Amino acid sequence: MPFKRHVEIGRVALINYGKEYGRLVVIVDVVDQNRALVDAPDMVRMQMNFKRLSLTDIKIDIKRIPQKKTLVAAMQEADVQGKWDKSSWGRKLVVQKRRASLNDFDRFKLMLAKIKRSGLIRQELAKLKKESAS
Amino acid sequence: MAPKQSRNPELIRGVGKFSRSKMYHKRGLWAIKAKNGGVFPRHDPVAKPSPAAAKPSKFYPADDVKKPLLNKRNPRPTKLRASIAPGTVLIILAGRFKGKRVVFLKQLSSGLLLITGPFKVNGVPLRRVNQSYVIATSTKVDVSGVNFEKFDDKYFAKKVEKKKSKGEGEFFEAEKEEKNVLPQEKKDDQKSVDAALIKSIEAVPDLKTYLAARFSLKAGMKPHELVF
Repeated sequence: MPFKRHVEIGRVALINYGKEYGRLVVIVDVVDQNRALVDAPDMVRMQMNFKRLSLTDIKIDIKRIPQKKTLVAAMQEADVQGKWDKSSWGRKLVVQKRRASLNDFDRFKLMLAKIKRSGLIRQELAKLKKESAS
Repeated sequence: MAPKQSRNPELIRGVGKFSRSKMYHKRGLWAIKAKNGGVFPRHDPVAKPSPAAAKPSKFYPADDVKKPLLNKRNPRPTKLRASIAPGTVLIILAGRFKGKRVVFLKQLSSGLLLITGPFKVNGVPLRRVNQSYVIATSTKVDVSGVNFEKFDDKYFAKKVEKKKSKGEGEFFEAEKEEKNVLPQEKKDDQKSVDAALIKSIEAVPDLKTYLAARFSLKAGMKPHELVF
């Protein structure tokens, strides 16, 4: 019931709207009730409304508004990218991107593969049913 | 000849770097004058051949007839979409073969696209189709072994029947003689085009079943988000 992911300095968030959609950023300061100052290794530090951010579980240990190189070093130490890639959220995003980029032929091959797989599963199930019935 | 480069670079629009006197020197007008004895060379106008005296017209029309406006239109075949290249698999959207996935061969001079099923795979013969009724996928088939040079719009023109003289009695009976039998020549053309195509199609796994199946929108598919 209580909130687990808090807005705090060092909280890693995912931008879910706008030009920077899909980018992982770190909250380095809070401007006011609605806005935060966010930063990432490969972008200019900018302010963003909280509504555009989705908080993640990852948090790094930094002081308020660190220098860029301090931020990069802290992110390397905490292995933010690695943790993100291992997390189920990060993995899901990769799958979603792959599904969206499927070509018409790819979708056809996927359909064939799904039919084949479910055919095999049904066979096994039928075998098991027969065994349990007898 | 390359367009003439100005010797006077533009600082901003309308203002050159060099003054009139500087440009006089840069262009070497003093040298041209010196060569011509201190005066700028001038040439007398070439005598234009005077037009032969036009005879007064014998007839003037009573009303002023308006001349139609000049039409300089240069008709050319429709611009082919960048996504369509020989060998591309296309999805036909309308007509008898809607939903069928076919192979594109070339664009004809009328702008229409020449396609083939291949016939053995999905029943679509050598046919013309308009670019607007087609979705181009990014799947390509190798058409290097196929010779489709001889096909053009004339190949697909309807056969014009000679008009029989109107004899009342036998008029209705004689009409039903020739139904549309496809000439053997066209069947052979289809076979020769498809032979090489089918070989390259079978080289890719699942491509043959892909071309045999029709495309349809299923639940949850959003056309504007689909990548073809």
